Amino acid sequence: MTNIIEVKDLKKTFGRLEAVKGISLSVEQGTTFGFLGPNGAGKSTTIKMLTTLLRPTSGRILIDGNDPITHPDAVRRSFGIVFQDPSLDDDLAAWENMELHGALYGVTRKTRLARIDELLKFVDLDDRRRSYVREFSGGMKRRLEIARGLLHHPKIIFLDEPTLGLDPQTRNHMWEYLGRLNESDGITVFFTTHYMDEADRNADTIAIIDHGCIVASGTGEELKRHTGKESLEDASLELTGRDIRQESASGLEHLRRMRRARGG
Amino acid sequence: MLRTIYIMWLRELKKFLRSRSRIVGALGQPILFLLALGYGLGNVSQGAGKGSYLQFLVPGVICMAIIFTSIFNGMQIIWDSQFGFLKETLVAPVSRVAIMLGRTFGGASVATAQGCIVFALTLLFGFEPHSWALVIPAVLVMFLAASMFSALGITVASFVTDMQGFQLVMNFLVMPMFFLSGALYPLTNIPPLLRALASIDPLSYGVDGVRTLLIHTSYFGIATDVTVLSAIAITFLGVGSYRFARLEF
Repeated sequence: MTNIIEVKDLKKTFGRLEAVKGISLSVEQGTTFGFLGPNGAGKSTTIKMLTTLLRPTSGRILIDGNDPITHPDAVRRSFGIVFQDPSLDDDLAAWENMELHGALYGVTRKTRLARIDELLKFVDLDDRRRSYVREFSGGMKRRLEIARGLLHHPKIIFLDEPTLGLDPQTRNHMWEYLGRLNESDGITVFFTTHYMDEADRNADTIAIIDHGCIVASGTGEELKRHTGKESLEDASLELTGRDIRQESASGLEHLRRMRRARGG
Repeated sequence: MLRTIYIMWLRELKKFLRSRSRIVGALGQPILFLLALGYGLGNVSQGAGKGSYLQFLVPGVICMAIIFTSIFNGMQIIWDSQFGFLKETLVAPVSRVAIMLGRTFGGASVATAQGCIVFALTLLFGFEPHSWALVIPAVLVMFLAASMFSALGITVASFVTDMQGFQLVMNFLVMPMFFLSGALYPLTNIPPLLRALASIDPLSYGVDGVRTLLIHTSYFGIATDVTVLSAIAITFLGVGSYRFARLEF
């Protein structure tokens, strides 16, 4: 039983705002970990620190035994990620997006081609491999991003709200892939979501973060028992309160809106 | 490092060759300038007894195509790294500086190609280069200017994050650089203030370099042009990489 993700007293402050206030968590290898919390609770900030995009203010992270600050490239090789905002190249074909990823990760040409075939079949996009990504629906893009994130045989896959904006059919489909992957390759899945039922159904362990602190963690059952609630939704509301969170309209949010307006 | 630069460069070229609508779209403005100014103002300058204004204008219009394409490309890099494809490259086990350089040179190559298309077009309008052998060095100067403005675009965009900022850059940076550069008028015999402004405008040296090689008319001299362009390009590439490598999301 080794922990593939180990976080201790992790802090991140932006100016005077403390986004993450000294959290600790550990994820066992080969498990599925659900990271829940309201908007602005610190979920994305934490994922960004785990994936080398953001430097922690203080605290310690170990991803598969490596520190993202001192050994970013070793950490980067050990995970795949599906971001909240799509990060595919719309002007390239599906297989070209995969190809580019493989080349950047230094996967040899032969392995790359075989692996692209295998993964495109896995996410049922094999017949659309030559289509440009701009012709894809939201669900197809998400599937392609998952396939791409797996190309270099990562040990962990991070998914930041992977099912946001997808219909229930596509959501179920996606979880079916991830479940299969988790079983066959022993890959560790780390995801964030707003859908409590989704976390309850798919996660082995769950941590709930609010105002930058982890307010509860354990299995779905434990959380429900602990709060004496029937569903995880109620348990979570019990723990985080019913206030609607204000997310400040930051520059980032502006850009996101612009992107949507452009139909990106 | 070189492999990453090459991969990113190749991607830009591929995208460019596939997007005919973008190529054609980028030609609208230069054609308008050639028609309205080249033929329209041509009368005025011929009346004043100077040579063909169209000949004089062509290097300026080529440089216009280059500065607009490159600055937007540079700004696009920052955009792309927040929401687009580049974000995926930021978690790849490769150097960020290599990503940024590959993307910059890719964008600069595309801008240079646009400049060459404009050049080919001006031949149809009756433009005659002074010497065909000097067209190739002219293309190199175009590429140098394009790299510089791409890097400038990155640097600027790493400070602005919204639409208002974008408009601001357009109105207070790109437009003045274009109009004050000597792309439209000779820098000799202009008021000292305008001349001083032109001499601190990086585009002036691009226009002058291209003009020297294409029509054999020089203001600063080609050696000065290339030196200044290279120095500014290296500076902005340095600042741009520094900013890009430290971008946090």
